[in-house]
Amino acid sequence: MSEIKMIRVGAASCGVAAGALPVLAMLKEKAGDIPVLEVGCLGHCYAEPLIEVVKKDGGSVMYGKVRADETSINNILTLAEAGRFEIPAGRKSKELVKVLRLAGRIVPTCWDDYIANGGYSALKKALAMTPQAVIDEVKKSGLRGRGGGGFPTGNKWGFLAAKTAPEKILICNADEGDPGAFMDRSLMESVPHQMLEGMLIAAYATGATKAFIYCRAEYPMAIKHLRIAIGQIYEHNYNDLNGRKIEIEIKEGAGAFVCGEETAMIHSLEGERGVPRFRPPFPTDSGWKGYPSMINNVETFGNVPLILSEGGDEYAKIGTAGGRGTKLFALAGDLRNPGLVEVPMGITLGEIVFDIGGADPDGVKAVQCGGPSGGCIPVELFNTPVDYDSLRSLGAIMGSGGMIVISKKRCMVETARYFLDFTHRESCGKCTFCRVGTTRMFETLERIVAGRGEESDLDLLESLGNKIRMGSLCGLGQTAPNPVLATLRYFRHEYLAHVRDHQCGALQCGALVDVKVDHDKCIKCKLCVKTCPVGAISADDIVVDNNKCTRCNSCIEVCPKKAISRVKKGEGVRK
Amino acid sequence: MGNFSYLSGIEPESSNLIKALQLVQAKEGYVSDDAIVEVAAYFKLAPVEVEGVLSFYAQFKRVKPGRFQIAVCDGTACHIKGSNSVFKWVSNELGISDGETDADGLFSLFTVACLGCCSLAPVMSVNGTVYGNLDRKKVAKIIKEYRAK
Ligand SMILES: Cc1cc2nc3c(=O)[nH]c(=O)nc-3n(C[C@H](O)[C@H](O)[C@H](O)COP(=O)(O)O)c2cc1C
Ligand code: SF4
Ligand code: SF4
Ligand code: FES
Repeated sequence: MSEIKMIRVGAASCGVAAGALPVLAMLKEKAGDIPVLEVGCLGHCYAEPLIEVVKKDGGSVMYGKVRADETSINNILTLAEAGRFEIPAGRKSKELVKVLRLAGRIVPTCWDDYIANGGYSALKKALAMTPQAVIDEVKKSGLRGRGGGGFPTGNKWGFLAAKTAPEKILICNADEGDPGAFMDRSLMESVPHQMLEGMLIAAYATGATKAFIYCRAEYPMAIKHLRIAIGQIYEHNYNDLNGRKIEIEIKEGAGAFVCGEETAMIHSLEGERGVPRFRPPFPTDSGWKGYPSMINNVETFGNVPLILSEGGDEYAKIGTAGGRGTKLFALAGDLRNPGLVEVPMGITLGEIVFDIGGADPDGVKAVQCGGPSGGCIPVELFNTPVDYDSLRSLGAIMGSGGMIVISKKRCMVETARYFLDFTHRESCGKCTFCRVGTTRMFETLERIVAGRGEESDLDLLESLGNKIRMGSLCGLGQTAPNPVLATLRYFRHEYLAHVRDHQCGALQCGALVDVKVDHDKCIKCKLCVKTCPVGAISADDIVVDNNKCTRCNSCIEVCPKKAISRVKKGEGVRK
Repeated sequence: MGNFSYLSGIEPESSNLIKALQLVQAKEGYVSDDAIVEVAAYFKLAPVEVEGVLSFYAQFKRVKPGRFQIAVCDGTACHIKGSNSVFKWVSNELGISDGETDADGLFSLFTVACLGCCSLAPVMSVNGTVYGNLDRKKVAKIIKEYRAK
């Protein structure tokens, strides 16, 4: 008899992308009558495909980077030592898992699993209270919106509850527009019922009559799991809020970042172009089709069942004055252990990036918080506690929770250019400063990374940035200059190197580097010659013609001796 | 004219317009001029009104894409991890650039902002299947596999 009770395979999008499905299929085939379950994401994306073997004695063992081959699968089924995965000690000690308690531990689309783990007990509790008492509990918790703005959630609920109207609309913002953030995706895929439970509690407390989930179309698995979960709610009649039934409808986004903004989202839900409008009136006064409407983020709703279960006061014990409770962060970029983490507010950036993320302390230059609306924070300031207020004071923002670790090998000017490329294309075009201003900033940055910038460009960027902040209607324009202003503040020397010396210290900007073959290392295998798509490497003496080269890095990747590299502009010229 | 009878599953109410266009794209792969006329008639709108909404959203394609749609992620995490190079490799391999479809109608190439698998950056997807931790070899292998399909 096997001592294995069941096997859990992490099969959220990240697991699938890492190859979980063939592993799953093979395990199912070989495991006999041991149940093999598809679960969500445990957050250790760096170790995907990740498998947890739960033993009959209650203990469990994990296996990381599992391959669909005989050896890996046999290791698992025999509980071998080989291939085991241990949660890194730094992460174990610093993480505080509350919202993600069930992620990776239950089958996302299994109703019984969620119920057996205390699911919908918070809703039951709420339904036994008055709506006002529920709102008071949320106010006491100190919960602030996790979508980026950080508005006190209880207050927002109070605004909607105070309205009398024939329809009141509840909207879940699942657009997760920050390119490089995946907290909401993970939560929706792994425990779809948790955010839905939060929505039902909110609907009860505020008297909402109709609910939407606006989810980005790039998240097919999240949408699928939500659909199934909503069906289960209907089936069990859990959308009956003490005699009042509420419908939850999923609307798929159509690829516009600005639709994450509240008024734009409402326009999009009305079937219009997703253009923001001036506030007031605030959505809680006049929103979808003129009805009072309230928007909260996925993670905000995900926190609500916890607050009801443990009580607002208990919830508020974690965190700082600048933010209560725990926060999810999507860690990615230059670090050993990218993934999804949950930490208490007030933890320092250093603890997240180094202790949890396993980034190399000598290699890290900065971390970008808050995506295209945020800013970078240099490693020197990594003892900053993470909450809404302290990050803002550094010129970054908490944002929704995307954290991109940037190593010394990356160029900060190019990074700023990247963000402006994104925002200038995503501007809805309504405000001149946002539309034209971000385009001018982008063009200026393009010039600088191409080695055609001048020192006066830095002043131009600063003055444009300040004007765009002032002259833009919505958060997109108001925050679009942040990545540039933050890099100018902390990494001005990199800008100066580009405009004064036409050098990119990180050797990232293609126009400011040459590609060069080190002939002491080269063994003349000519793989690079064959690989170069533009024929820039001469076959006889293996020298790169840097006028032809497009800096595609193919030869660098393909060279078995690592003989080819980027060098400063001018150093790769044939002598 | 194509057959757009499947539209009848959607209530012709203006807030469902985007949903209808998404359905058309899911069925046809793109939103043709014909489709716009049909959708407009179905919602009792003018075709320009439909086009006005559609043109706002990056998701909608107005030309028929290839059989395999390759989306190279250029979200922040992927950008930091060298999505530029990934794009160039794919582009070189297929001989097409952003937004184009190859002559055989086999592959289309475009960039997207984040597929939510940032921890596996750089990533790309082919018809929705995501491939992570890409390097040059992997990219070439993936394209080869699809070519053979
Ligand atoms: C351009 C722009 C994009 C936004 N994108 C998102 C998003 O993707 N997800 C989100 O939850 N909030 C986003 N927000 C913030 C929302 O407008 C809104 O503040 C939030 O959803 C409110 O919910 P919360 O109070 O629970 O945070 C965005 C705001 C702006 C200005
Ligand atoms: S700030 Fe930019 S995105 Fe926002 S409404 Fe104005 S133009 Fe549109
Ligand atoms: S970087 Fe690309 S274009 Fe330049 S020499 Fe190498 S393979 Fe050729
Ligand atoms: S940045 Fe590429 S998947 Fe998120």
